[in-house]
Amino acid sequence: MVDAIQHRILRVISRSKHIPLASVQPDLTFEELSIDSLDRLNILFDLETEFEISIDDEEAKKATRISDIIAGIQQLLEVRERSSPGN
Amino acid sequence: MRVAVTGIGVISAIGLNQVEFWHALRSGSCGIRPMESTDAAQLRFKNVAEVRGYVPTTEFLASELAFMDRFAQFAVLAAREAITQARVEWTPQLREKTAIVTGSCMGGRSSEEAGYRQLFQYGKSRVHPLTIPLSMSNAGASHISMQYGIQGPAFTVSTACSSSAHALGQAFWMVRSGSVPLAIAGGSEAPLFFGGLKAWEAMRVVSKDTCRPFSADRSGMILGEGGAMLVLEPFDVALARGVQPIAEMLGFGMSSDAGHITEPSSEGAAHAMRSALCDAGLAPEQIGYINAHGTATEANDRTETASIRAVFGAHADTLAVSSTKSMHGHALGAAGALEAAATILALRNGILPPTVNFSAADPACDLDVIPNFARALSVEAGLSNSFAFGGLNAVLAFKAVNKS
Repeated sequence: MVDAIQHRILRVISRSKHIPLASVQPDLTFEELSIDSLDRLNILFDLETEFEISIDDEEAKKATRISDIIAGIQQLLEVRERSSPGN
Repeated sequence: MRVAVTGIGVISAIGLNQVEFWHALRSGSCGIRPMESTDAAQLRFKNVAEVRGYVPTTEFLASELAFMDRFAQFAVLAAREAITQARVEWTPQLREKTAIVTGSCMGGRSSEEAGYRQLFQYGKSRVHPLTIPLSMSNAGASHISMQYGIQGPAFTVSTACSSSAHALGQAFWMVRSGSVPLAIAGGSEAPLFFGGLKAWEAMRVVSKDTCRPFSADRSGMILGEGGAMLVLEPFDVALARGVQPIAEMLGFGMSSDAGHITEPSSEGAAHAMRSALCDAGLAPEQIGYINAHGTATEANDRTETASIRAVFGAHADTLAVSSTKSMHGHALGAAGALEAAATILALRNGILPPTVNFSAADPACDLDVIPNFARALSVEAGLSNSFAFGGLNAVLAFKAVNKS
């Protein structure tokens, strides 16, 4: 499940930035992938669409690595899971 | 030819005319409040710098309002005040040659949105027939022209947040070169409509708090609305007709970053400031005040500080810099004209407006930003900086004139 989410995140970043999926490694920084401020906006927008979530501006600013994004998204999905009806 | 500013008109979140605007600037009044005209429930931010207390029907006939988006109303109101102050004596010859140059980033897109809402939200098959004339960005210039019968060169510049600074610069050059005897120039903006607000929200540069330029805890820009217009004419013509210039417009510089579509460049900003100084024939040491672009975004304030240091060297520690956006918000295409008005009034009155909402120094923004309280200080000359998305920069230079 976690790996599936991670894969979806990496795929979104790869498509949004137009770079090969294999190049999007979790331990890389945005800088190392030449992801600038506008690329970040695009990626956040695409992730919000992919997972139907809302990513807070301030939280997003803290992320410097792909792994930060993965952790943040997983946390948002867990919060949603816990608060959804039936749990 | 020397160019005089003989009239200023303003409508803004901190005043519906020049007098109110100046009173607010000198007293450090902030016009940023929760939005009233648009429902903020579906937005990630709620504070804007909205024009309040303005009743369109007291200024225009209902038949006129039907043809005017809010941004065009602001353009005409500001022009009306500026023309009145300048005591322009219209003759057929003057009407034939006077120029109008306006700036607007978004024009009448709120009218466009209203039209498209009919199609997309309500499933209608047609939009209002005035959607195009209401929303076109040159409507402000056209309505000023029609109201006064002004038939000379008239056009609109759209360079995002530098729009009205570019407009003023073009008008200034036309008057200075002698190609027109009078110019009405500035800009207006009314961007506080749902789709526009959502588009800015998506940029993640709008503060959920307030506008704190150059402060360590700054959290982004606050959108504003309004308009400002100047009357420009040859200095000696103004004196000859018994009108005391408010200030002298001395120079205009512009540049393009040729870098990134949204990230600012200190080199591009510095290039525009140097060009304005060169055009004005001013030495950097003659500048005592800079009305900064100062949006309160992380990137702008740091970059602008670096550019001011690059241009002014050691003098950067002597001159005063403030961002009046902390009070009237970021009125996008109208910002350059509102801030030119603020700069002129500061030179005229010997009082430099503050950067309000300032709470903590940022080492990356280590200029004298006149924190929170206006300063009584007469300076010889000032700059007004405007730096747009797209990397298009415009800087205006003004000089104080002695009050008679």
